[in-house]
Amino acid sequence: MSKWVWKGMKTGKKTTGYPDVPETAAGVSPGLPEGATGTISAGRCPCSTDAGSQETQRMKPDIRRCLHCFRCHPSRSGQPDWQGGYEWAAATAADAQLGAAFSHSVHLRVVDAGACDACISEVKQIGKPYYNIHRLGFFLTPTPRHADVLLVVGPVPENMVLPLKKTFDAMPAPKRVVAAGTCALTGCVFGPNFTAGSGVADVIPVDVEVPGCPPPPLALVHALLVAVGRKPSASMAEKATKGERSRP
Amino acid sequence: METERHDDASAPRRDVPAAISQWAPRAVTQIRGGVPWTIIEGRRDELKDLCRRLTRELGYSFATLVVEEIRFEWHINYIFWGDEKSGFVQVALRASGAQPRIPSISVPVHAADWHERETEDLFGLVFEGHPRLGDFVLHGHRPEGATPMRSGSIDEGTVSQEKISPWRPDRIVRAPGAFLMSIGPVYSDYAESARFLLETVGEDVIRVIPRLFYKYRGLEKAAQGRDPSDVLLMAERFSGTSAIAHSLAFCQAVETICKAKVPPRARALRVFLAELERCRHHVGAITEICGSTALAVATSQAAILEEELLRLCCQHTGHRYLFGLNALGGLTIDLPDETCRHLVGGVQDILRRLLELGEMLRFSSSFLDRLEEVGAVSKKDALAYGLVGPVARASGISRDLRVDLPYADYGPDRVTFRVPFEEEGDGYARLRIFITEAVQSAQMMQRVAQTLPRGEVRCPAFSAEPGAALGWSEAPRGATFHWVRIDKDGRLARYRVTTPSFTNWHGFHLAAEDFAFQDFPIIMATFGLSNAECDR
Repeated sequence: MSKWVWKGMKTGKKTTGYPDVPETAAGVSPGLPEGATGTISAGRCPCSTDAGSQETQRMKPDIRRCLHCFRCHPSRSGQPDWQGGYEWAAATAADAQLGAAFSHSVHLRVVDAGACDACISEVKQIGKPYYNIHRLGFFLTPTPRHADVLLVVGPVPENMVLPLKKTFDAMPAPKRVVAAGTCALTGCVFGPNFTAGSGVADVIPVDVEVPGCPPPPLALVHALLVAVGRKPSASMAEKATKGERSRP
Repeated sequence: METERHDDASAPRRDVPAAISQWAPRAVTQIRGGVPWTIIEGRRDELKDLCRRLTRELGYSFATLVVEEIRFEWHINYIFWGDEKSGFVQVALRASGAQPRIPSISVPVHAADWHERETEDLFGLVFEGHPRLGDFVLHGHRPEGATPMRSGSIDEGTVSQEKISPWRPDRIVRAPGAFLMSIGPVYSDYAESARFLLETVGEDVIRVIPRLFYKYRGLEKAAQGRDPSDVLLMAERFSGTSAIAHSLAFCQAVETICKAKVPPRARALRVFLAELERCRHHVGAITEICGSTALAVATSQAAILEEELLRLCCQHTGHRYLFGLNALGGLTIDLPDETCRHLVGGVQDILRRLLELGEMLRFSSSFLDRLEEVGAVSKKDALAYGLVGPVARASGISRDLRVDLPYADYGPDRVTFRVPFEEEGDGYARLRIFITEAVQSAQMMQRVAQTLPRGEVRCPAFSAEPGAALGWSEAPRGATFHWVRIDKDGRLARYRVTTPSFTNWHGFHLAAEDFAFQDFPIIMATFGLSNAECDR
């Protein structure tokens, strides 16, 4: 088996320097449209808050709804500013972040509440060499009993409501919920309909939201860092205002 | 009992549509979407026999069961797929009334089993003679008799959680110490939600009862009444890891209905992107297989390659999972020749390292011990269940839509390849198929990049016309069929999606039964299926 040890050493270190230094490699993030007003020509913009005509539609992208259709991307004849970057996670309330006791050891339970697989694929990547959340003190746990942070992806279809609630209830307090991906924030193209929900917040309280369809691994890492208070929350343009919730 | 035709796929076929007309004189054959399409008006009393003969005597595979409600009448279409000569066969049955009774075809054609269960659960149509109807897609919290797919019957009210009664499967293992082990729906580190009930008397799994559709998001219902360009976003997003394949099948169905001519460059680039997606998916599947056997270094090595492919996709197309590229009538952006060359170079470099990894795995006995002769599916079973994709090819079925019913730029005189197949049908055979197909995908990408036609990548804008058509493509996990009907307002009246994960989960229990508990996650990883794709 020594060949595997040798192979691993020969490969060298691949892990990103984030959060100490920004990651600048090409292709780590698809970017997001900025809150600018532009026009699109191809079809209806599904995330625009300003419904216009089919042909030249004015748009104000709501990045909580952005599903990366790229219809407003400069390469598809739209004109909004397109931001790179990946620090998209936003806390929903002032006390959303866990205290200092959790800053360097956090256990994480992931729940797939009807995600399309792309979100899950990105969640898998955060544990793999390029992102390696273990170095930041985050550990995946298979049981909610040991979990501090619940990472939920997907719009929460009817059949997942009870499993999600049970998982949340099984977690000891203090606990925080990260809703990752456009489905988990707004239901994306599916919800709300007769079976798919319109996001995690309808079922359990959400503390940190991260947009993207799917959110790239660095955005997920940022979301975890926001949840434990090691990174400041992003201020999301046109973020829906939410009332204060009592926290368990 | 299977016929010789099934066992010897290389035997020359008769002109099958002509053979059908011998014993089904009402059959009509047309050319649709470039392949022969035979419609047989089915009658209740001869339906079972007809479907049995199509699969057992003429070598057709069951593709999909499409139920439509048109003008107070049920149109029930059983669609079968063959090859370039025999094309598709559509057995069309009509029924009327609120509670029509339709003979079940799942005894002669076992591949239709889950299709009938789904239809019964969502439409409330009863299939006479089916042994296991009832709770399937909609779980216990909806009363039996709820039929959300019927028009106008959507229950928009919130569902009361108090009504949930535990679902109890029929247990068949009766032995001292027998028990039922439940896994899921929330289990493992980041597994997709699904539940498996394993009947056992100790170490070995005797029976596997999958409980799926936890992720049922009502894709087919949500698409109804929507504009095709909106539904395209859904087709791309219901299974994010095979976005190109599913959006391609949807686009091709709409393009067939509207008689849109896709420019040659777009057809070639669609092949290019589909192969890029297949390559990335297969590397991801190999990562999962290494992970399931707890071979840490190999898992990391494969994950590095997967991430590099994702970055490569994002760098050159804008999105890591290739969203937002397929459009009705072509592609949204052109990939310049130089970009294609960069992509080919990047993929080939990654493939070279994948093959190195494959060689190391081939000589790691601890890894092979977990895969060889584990989770075997026989060719006979694979045919009976109509399995598709790498799983079927690992069990000796050399079938692939890209060769059998070519679409886009696939075909003998354009992009073609030899369909790989293995005989053993075990986990290691499936791993070898994943590696071989990833290499073939890179070769096809190179060939397309070298011979890219010039010109537009999108046909002029067209308006949606009423009509119905089937779109198909070979997704990374196997054959997918999208039936689209557009109404007179240019909106979707029916969208029926049959995915390779749905087809293959049906046969998953064949592989997992009679193996030890610790083999279960490995067998699951070698199948490489997605619940998002299955549940829709």
